[in-house]
Amino acid sequence: MCLAVVGKVEKIEGELAIVDLGGVLQPVSLVMVPQVQVGDFVLIHTGYAVEIISEEAYNETMELLKELRWE
Amino acid sequence: MGMINANLLKMFNNLMNLAKEKGQTINLMEVCGTHTMALFEHGIRSLLPENINLVSGPGCPVCVTGEEVIVEAMDLIENNTVTMFTFGDMMKVPGEGRTLNELKAQGFPIKVAYSPRVALEFAEKNPKIEVVFFGAGFETTAPALGAVILEAFNKKLNNFSVILSVKTVPPAIHFLFSQEIRINGFILPGHVSAVIGAKSFRFITEKYQVPAVVTGFTAEELLLGISLVVNSILKREPGYYNAYPTVVREHGNIVAQKIISEVFEIGDAYWRGIGNIPSSGLFLKEKFAKFDAKKKFGLKDRQPIIPRGCKCGEIMLGKVLPPACPLFGKACTPEKPVGACMVSSEGSCAAYFKYGRR
Repeated sequence: MCLAVVGKVEKIEGELAIVDLGGVLQPVSLVMVPQVQVGDFVLIHTGYAVEIISEEAYNETMELLKELRWE
Repeated sequence: MGMINANLLKMFNNLMNLAKEKGQTINLMEVCGTHTMALFEHGIRSLLPENINLVSGPGCPVCVTGEEVIVEAMDLIENNTVTMFTFGDMMKVPGEGRTLNELKAQGFPIKVAYSPRVALEFAEKNPKIEVVFFGAGFETTAPALGAVILEAFNKKLNNFSVILSVKTVPPAIHFLFSQEIRINGFILPGHVSAVIGAKSFRFITEKYQVPAVVTGFTAEELLLGISLVVNSILKREPGYYNAYPTVVREHGNIVAQKIISEVFEIGDAYWRGIGNIPSSGLFLKEKFAKFDAKKKFGLKDRQPIIPRGCKCGEIMLGKVLPPACPLFGKACTPEKPVGACMVSSEGSCAAYFKYGRR
C-alpha cells in the first residue's frame, strides 16, 4: 500500500502538476513539495508528490558499496 | 539505478557464501508489504542460503486494519445514503464474511479511487451527495489523507467525511522488540521513510544494537540493502544505513510531517492479528470532527473481531512462517482470507501462497 511511482513534472498549475508517467499524463498534487520545478522527477503516491528525486544522491548509494569490502 | 550492477551482484554472492560458511542463523525482517512482494517477484529469496531467513513483519496497512473497521464501513453504506470511495485493496477484505466488492455487486455506490482527491472532487461537484472516503495507510499515505481533510476544511465542504485506519511504523517496531523477537536485521520501508525521515528508525541500531537499512524496491536496491545488513551482522558491528538516498532524507519531508501533525493526533491503535500497540495510531483532531464519518452517521464502536486458529500475530512478529499456520492454504486462501496476512496481496501469507516457499 505504500506503492509509489516516479514521474516527470511537465507543467505546473498552482498546487497541481501535470506529470508524465511513462507516456501517461496525470494531474498530481504538489502540496508536499512546494519547491518543485518543471523537469524534476517526483515520487508519487495516491495522487500526491511525496518527494523530489535527488539525482545528486545517486553517488551516495554507490559509496555504500565500499562498506561491503572485506579486507 | 537501472541494470543490475555486476559489481554489486558479485559482492552480494560473496557475502552470501561467507554467511553460509559461518553458518549462523540470520533472520531478516522486512516491514513493508511492497518489499515482501518485490523480494518474491525479483526472486531474491532464492539467492539466499538456507541459514538466512526473510521474515515479513507488520508491513501492510490493509492487513492490520481491524476486521471490525471493514464491518463499520459496510454498516455505514448499507444503512445510509452515501457514495463511498476506497483504495482498491480494501474491496476484497472480508468483514464477518462479506466484502465491499459483494456490496458493490448488489448495487451499492462504492467506487475504487487511486487517490482520496478523487472522492473530494466528486463531493465538490455533487453537493447533494454524501461522500465517504474509506482508507487505510501508514505514514506514506497519512499526509495525502491529511491534505484532503485540510482541503475539505478550507472549502467548508458539508458532504464529505472519512473512515480511516492510519497507523505508524516505528511504534510497531518498538512493540516487536518488547515481544522477544529473534530478528538479526531490519529492511526498512523506503516510502514511509521518505515522509518521516531515515532518523525515525535509528533507534533500532542505537537502542537495540540491531543493524538496519532503509532501502528502495528495485532488485538492485534490495540486494544492496540485504548486503549491508548481512555484512553488518557478520562483522558484528551493528550499522544503520540509508541505501535509498535519492528519495529518503535524514529528516524526511517536513511539509508532509506538518500536514500529519496539523490534522491528526496520536493514540493507541488496534492492529489486526497483533492487538493494541501504544501510540501507533493517527486519529482526526477535534477541529476536524465534522469529517469523521463514524461521528457524523452515529456508528457504534465495535469490539475487535479475532479469527480462531489464525497464526497471523505470530507470523507478523516473526515467530513462525505462514505454512506453520493450520489454516494456511486450507481454510484461509487469498479468495477466502481468514487472517490479516492473507487479506491483501501484500500480506506475507498471500505472498507465500502465490509464490511458494522461496
